[in-house]
Formats: sequence, structure tokens, C-alpha cells
Amino acid sequence: MANFHVEKPVASRGQQTARVARDIRGGGMNRDRWKTIASVLARQGILVAFALFLIGFSIFSDRFLSPENILSVMRSSAIIGVMALGVTVVVIGGNLDLSVGSMLSFSTVLVVDLHDKIGPAPAIGVMLVATLALGAVNGLLVGVARLNSLIVTLGMLSAIQGLTLIYSGGKNVDIVNQDQTWFKIFGRGTIADIPTPIVIFAVGAILLHLMMAYTPFGRRIYATGGNATAAVFSGVRRSRVVFLTYLISASGVAIAAIILGSRVMGSQNNVGQGYELQVLAGVILGGTSLLGGAGTIWKTVIGVLILGFIQNGLLLMGFEYYVQWLVTWVVIILAVWLDIAAKRGRLLSPIA
Amino acid sequence: MADTVIKSPVRWLAANPIWGFIVLIFVFFSFANPYFFALQNFQNILVQTSTIGLIALGMTLVMINGNIDLSVGAVVALAASLCVDIQGWEMFADWGNWAIAPGVIAALIAGTALGALNGFIVWKTGVDAFIVTLGAMLGVRGLVFVYTKEQSFFAMNFAFSDFGSSNMGPLPTLAVLFLVCTAAVYFLLARTVHGRNTYAVGGNRSAAVNAGIRVGPHMLINFMIVGFFAALAGVTLSSQMGAATPNLGTNYELWVITSVVLGGTKLNGGAGTILGTLGGVLAIGILRNGMNLMQVPAFYVLVILGTILIAVLLLDKQLNRKGKEELRV
Repeated sequence: MANFHVEKPVASRGQQTARVARDIRGGGMNRDRWKTIASVLARQGILVAFALFLIGFSIFSDRFLSPENILSVMRSSAIIGVMALGVTVVVIGGNLDLSVGSMLSFSTVLVVDLHDKIGPAPAIGVMLVATLALGAVNGLLVGVARLNSLIVTLGMLSAIQGLTLIYSGGKNVDIVNQDQTWFKIFGRGTIADIPTPIVIFAVGAILLHLMMAYTPFGRRIYATGGNATAAVFSGVRRSRVVFLTYLISASGVAIAAIILGSRVMGSQNNVGQGYELQVLAGVILGGTSLLGGAGTIWKTVIGVLILGFIQNGLLLMGFEYYVQWLVTWVVIILAVWLDIAAKRGRLLSPIA
Repeated sequence: MADTVIKSPVRWLAANPIWGFIVLIFVFFSFANPYFFALQNFQNILVQTSTIGLIALGMTLVMINGNIDLSVGAVVALAASLCVDIQGWEMFADWGNWAIAPGVIAALIAGTALGALNGFIVWKTGVDAFIVTLGAMLGVRGLVFVYTKEQSFFAMNFAFSDFGSSNMGPLPTLAVLFLVCTAAVYFLLARTVHGRNTYAVGGNRSAAVNAGIRVGPHMLINFMIVGFFAALAGVTLSSQMGAATPNLGTNYELWVITSVVLGGTKLNGGAGTILGTLGGVLAIGILRNGMNLMQVPAFYVLVILGTILIAVLLLDKQLNRKGKEELRV
């Protein structure tokens, strides 16, 4: 829907002066300077913004940069982060996944409820299978049946919400003996003095980054998202690739559910409501194009951390909780705008 | 679009399968439940659908444009809060029932302005409407919580809540309002230049530019229309409840998009009708009402609606495949 232009080759100095001379009426000089600044900003914009936020918040709050605070932000970002990793893969493949939020509710309720009934390990196993099955339904409908991913996952969002309520009968679930189960390691434990959620998030990010950047499968995902027809002609099995991206996204949700369930040791039926937005916000902030074919895992990590630090920083500065949503609004649009502006070489859209 | 309607009822039904579906579920619920087929219940259905229906009217325009607006649910909450809060301000205390007017006007202006903001950003920055309104969905909801301080407002003036349950002749006022708005948007879409441009912009944006349509301002206007209708829905909803809560309108964007898509509007733009949207809204309204009367737990309704949405998409894919054969792999 957005109007994308092929990035122009860098003009030589002579051409640039010529264009400036031609373009004086339109403020060409100004625009060219703007262009260089904008393109630098946009190419590494997410890092610049990240640095600015960190500096800004640390000026206004002396607690902000303390190691405990940073660890706690990263730990609370880990749940959204793990989900965002999987969704990034789906989005790079050219699709959307809005069902992750209600899928998180489902999986968390399932694993917490089964924990006391059949023990931690079987509970995790059953939950994993069930979540992957939901992901497979998404994958079949979008990948094989070729339906619009926005609508399919919207439908699944509502359907899974219903499934969760049917399963739990509308009641909240919790784990009785919270201190005696090894299940607590995932959300409350530490590995080598680092909270487990952070370790899981980091390991997941590294694994997925390696997959996307260095394996043929990763390249196939980029190819499918970039130009599905060309990918098919190059021998990529599009249906299978899309199907697998949804399985990856579902496994991200399953892992997030384990962390969340273990951290809270209980679950409400709507615990994941609205998570799909936060997740998408992180993915978009990371510069992944919703049209598919572009984006990287590590930038999604930064996008998610930015959201976490904005939330934390604003709270430390004494703002109300919901002010972070206003800031996120501005930040998301600015981030995507700069990204597009750099690609088309001008700030404003050429649409009449 | 609209001109082919009269030619043959069969062909019309093939183009608008949702109305066939409505007849089916209508007959089913009429036989399955003794309380369904009653004038009182039909009035209920119309009032229940009016909220989602109003927003769906505007959303149809935006979606025919090839855009989408995810922020409508948050706008509903903002408009409701503004409307109920402002009519209780002390400066309007001696206005009597006229104190309602500034609240309603402020709500409608706020909704239209937020729509304009969305449209302006989409126009000027070229950022996809999905992202712009996703941001607005979070941001406006934040605005609501900051404005209301997480409190609910209650309307002290009973004339306001009486309006929500009043009747105009045989029909509830809110149903009349919805039907009048439907007729107006139908006229706008089927009989005016703006309506034709809406299809042109959604069908092929660059062709529309070449044809001399000012695409940016056009989209801006449609975003203002959906913002206005979302605010109007917020006002009618708060008048039904006599109150406004900051969580009002959560998930409304899902319901609205579901009804519009059920009505046959394409996400890629360029196709869709108000009659179809009316069908989509009514189908969901009848389903919810009917299942409610049959005491199907609300949980199952969610599953059924999600399934129907996906099933319609599958059917649509099967029915409309001819002519644009895609690469099969």
C-alpha cells in the first residue's frame, strides 16, 4: 500500500550540483542536505533513537542506568521479546500474525492448569503440542490455502480467545505449591546470575538470527517475503516456507507462555490480550517492513528493548503508566516514516 | 456496482452471499427459538448492531480505499468519555438538557479530528495506514486513560440515557439513526463523485493519480468520516449505558473489520458495497442475538465467529478465483 521507490544510486558530486542548480525553486539545496541527514538517521535510526532515549532517561533519573534496573527492564521485556522474534520471521516472510496475544493466553492457561494435574514436564509437552497445532492451523490457512494473513489471524485471535475460555470455564488458574516445583526456574530463576527469561530471550535471538542470516532456509524466507512469484520460480516451496514461519511464531509463543506461567504461577484467561500490538510495535520499531522481505532479528531485539526502556524510563520520571502508549504512538510512526523517507529519498510522500 | 443489482436476483445473491447467509440463520433461529421471531427482538438486534454498524459504514469507505483503521475502538472510548464528562461540567450546569449538546459536539469533533490526523499522516508520510492506525490505537487508548484517570464517568442527566432507549414511531431512535446513516453513506458511495473516486483510488492508486484525483485529500476525508462515525458510535453507546468507561470499545476494530470483510469488501481495496457491509453487520448481530437466546455460552460465540470469518474467506477464494488465476505451487 505504501509507495516504495527503488533507492536511487548515489549521485556524484557533479550531478548533485547540477541537481541543486535545477532544483533551487524547490529548495533543492536544503532538501539534499536533509536527505543526507535523513538517510543516515534512517539507516541507523533505530540505534540513534535507542541511544537518545538511554541518554535522555539517564539524565532525568539517576536510577535508570543502574544494573538492577537494566536487568529488570530486560527481564520484563523478555516475554514480548520472545514472541516478537517469532513474529519477525512471519513478517519477513510477508505475512502478519495477530493471533499471538490470544495464543499466549491459551498456552499460559494450559500449561499452568496442567502443571498441577499431570506434572510440569508433561504439561509443557502438551502445551507445546497444542500451541504448535494452533500455529499449524494458521500456517495451513495462510500458507497452503493462501488466505489473507491479516483476516485469518484476526479470526484465530477471536477463536483462540473462545477456546481459552471454554477450556478454563472462565475461571483463573494457578499453581498451588509455588516454591516446590522446578517449573519456577523459567520465570523466577537465574542462570549464572542472569535471570532465566533474559537467557532464553538471548539464546532464542541468537539462534533465530543465525537461522535467518546464514542458512538456506532463512534466505528462502526473505525470498518468499520479498517477491513470492520470483521465489516460486527459483524453486522455493512457498507454502512450506510460510507454514514453517507460523510454526516458528507459535513456538515463540509457547516459550513466552512458559516464562509467563512460571513467573506469575497463575494465569487469567485474557492475560495475553493486547500483546499482539506490543509485539508488532517492537517488530515495526526494529525496521522490519510489513510488506515482507526485509528486516533483521537483532533489530527486533532493539525495538523490543526500546519499548521496554520507554515504559520504564517514563515510569521512573513519574509519568502515568499510560503515557508510554502516547510516546509509543509517536515513536512507531516516526521510525517507519524515517525508514520510508530514506528509501524514497524525500521526506514527504509524493502523493498529490 | 450498484447498477447491476437489479438485473437478476440470483446473480445479486451470488455477488452478495452474505444476504443468503442472513436468510439462512434467520430461518434457523426462527424455528429453533420461540423468542427470536418477535418485533421486540428485531428492535433489539437493530439497536445492538447500530454501534458496530455505524463504525463499519466509515470503515467500508476506508477499506475500499485500500487503507484500514485500527484506532476506531479507542476513538469510541475517547468520544464516550468526552461526551459524558463534558455534559457534567459546572459551566453547563444551568443549561438544562442543552448541556448534552457541548458534550456530543466535542466528542464528534474529537473523533473527526483524530481521523483527520490519521489521514494526514498517511497522506504526507506515505506510511502504511495499518502502521499509522496501529500506533493511534495504542496512543488514543493511552489518551483515554490519561484523560479519564482510569475512572468511569456517569451521566447525571437522565435525558441523555433516555435518548438511548427512546423510540421514534415503531423503531428505536438508535436504529433509525443507524439506518439513516446507512442510507446517507450508501448514497455517498454509489451516487457521488467522491464515491466513485473511492473505488478508483482503491482499485489502482497510480491510475487514480493520473486521472487527476487528489488521492491524499480524498483518503483524508474518508479517515475523517470513519473517525466521525466511531465518535458517533461512542456517543450512542454511552447514551445506552448512561456512562462511559475507559475500556469501552476494546476489540471493536476486530468486530468492525470482521463485519466489513463478511460483507464482501476486499482488503486490497477497490471493491465493496454498503449493502454488503449492512449484511455483514446484521449477520453478526443476528448470530450473537440468536445464540444468546439459545443460551450458547459467550465463549463458543467467539469460536464460531472466528470460524465463520475464515470460512467466508475460503468460500470467497473458491468463488472468485476465475479470471485471476494465481500461480499454484
